[in-house]
Amino acid sequence: MARTSSLLARSLVLACAVLAVGGCSIEPWVKPYERDHLADPIMSFDRDPVSSAYTGHVYEAREGARGATGGGGGGCGCN
Amino acid sequence: MKRSLLAALCLLVVVRAAQAGVLPEDRADVLVHSYDGGGVTIQGPSLLVRKQFAQKFSVSANHYVDKVNSASIDVVTTASPYEEERTQNSVGLDYLHDRWMMNIGLTNSEENDYTAETFNFGISQDIFGDLTTVSLGYSLGNDTVGRRGDANFSEETERQNYRLGVSQILTKNLLLGVSFETITDEGFLNNPYRQVRYLDPTTPQGYSYEREMYPRTRSSDAASIRMRYYMPYRAALYAEYRKYGDTWDIGADTFEIGYTHPIDLGWTFEGKFRTYSQTHADFYSDLFPRSQYQNFLARDKELSTFASQTIRLGASYDMLRGGWKFVERGTVNVILDHMMFEYEDFRDLRVTGVPPGTEPFYTFDANVLQVFVSFWF
Repeated sequence: MARTSSLLARSLVLACAVLAVGGCSIEPWVKPYERDHLADPIMSFDRDPVSSAYTGHVYEAREGARGATGGGGGGCGCN
Repeated sequence: MKRSLLAALCLLVVVRAAQAGVLPEDRADVLVHSYDGGGVTIQGPSLLVRKQFAQKFSVSANHYVDKVNSASIDVVTTASPYEEERTQNSVGLDYLHDRWMMNIGLTNSEENDYTAETFNFGISQDIFGDLTTVSLGYSLGNDTVGRRGDANFSEETERQNYRLGVSQILTKNLLLGVSFETITDEGFLNNPYRQVRYLDPTTPQGYSYEREMYPRTRSSDAASIRMRYYMPYRAALYAEYRKYGDTWDIGADTFEIGYTHPIDLGWTFEGKFRTYSQTHADFYSDLFPRSQYQNFLARDKELSTFASQTIRLGASYDMLRGGWKFVERGTVNVILDHMMFEYEDFRDLRVTGVPPGTEPFYTFDANVLQVFVSFWF
């Protein structure tokens, strides 16, 4: 897992760098008027937060793994 | 520790995939949940309300309850069935400035023998023509662990989460999300009631129990990738994979694939398959050779080698499509998850009359039901 840790550290540096240059302009290859499909609620990664938070809690309480589920997270104190 | 400092300096995580630049919608959700499996039933409500104000802020509040009635395999073999209740309250505030979104949150969780306080901070930004959303976040949690019937028992746990997320528009029909999360724990990490078993020829059944003992630190890393694809017709196909590892030597893989299909008349149906597998912690054993066999001892099935599969069926009905008074629209939703667990080194001790260590491996199924209504206003 050291490799994953290293990957995380490198990714964080990359993210900071990306944020630092975020003001730079780039020509979007998917135009705003082409994003109607992406804006459909069925394309949301988290369509119903109340449900996904509960589902995440169900898994976290019964599995050894945790994290990187794409939500806000924060822990439930349920060891 | 360098990694943690680096992460802190970078102000870590909180993913609000593809939503930076736009405040979350005003909505209210009322959910009732029910878990039934392995001798355990857990039920309760979850209420979530979110509202924008002053055009730049969005405030949210969540009230969640677990009413637990437990006669699990651990309980029936080493203790007595019990009931308990956990109440969790959360508040959050989002602030939008141009393409930046910041959010903070506080969560409190209370049980009669466990209190948890968590602080969250996150920041995200849309970049590259709004094709990419980068999110960083950090959480700090402090838990106080008690033990029923032992007023003198009190232990502390500190937990820190560092998250990084990137959401990327790849094509006009394809979204990609990548997440990384490091979690560090320090303090009392085991369950104050759970016991391990060891060979004891002096007893009729051939084994005895003693308290488990975990290390006081744990650090884990998880990385996941997810995609969502808009089909040639109005439907979505999605998949996710997560790789996990920690300093307790647990390794896990999670994979899921699902399909969302709306039809006319306001119905949306969903089906999903999820599979999970993990290897056991290096201090786990179903049966230790003798008492105090090593420094750290665990017989928690969540730390054993096992695999589980989940099949989900869901349906959602869009009601109030024309709006009603201040409500713009609403949905009523039903989701059923059927979970199947198969343990590879955790044995079913309800089976007696056989030599210790030859009992069958434990398996159980669980049904998880969610019924909720949502209103947008």
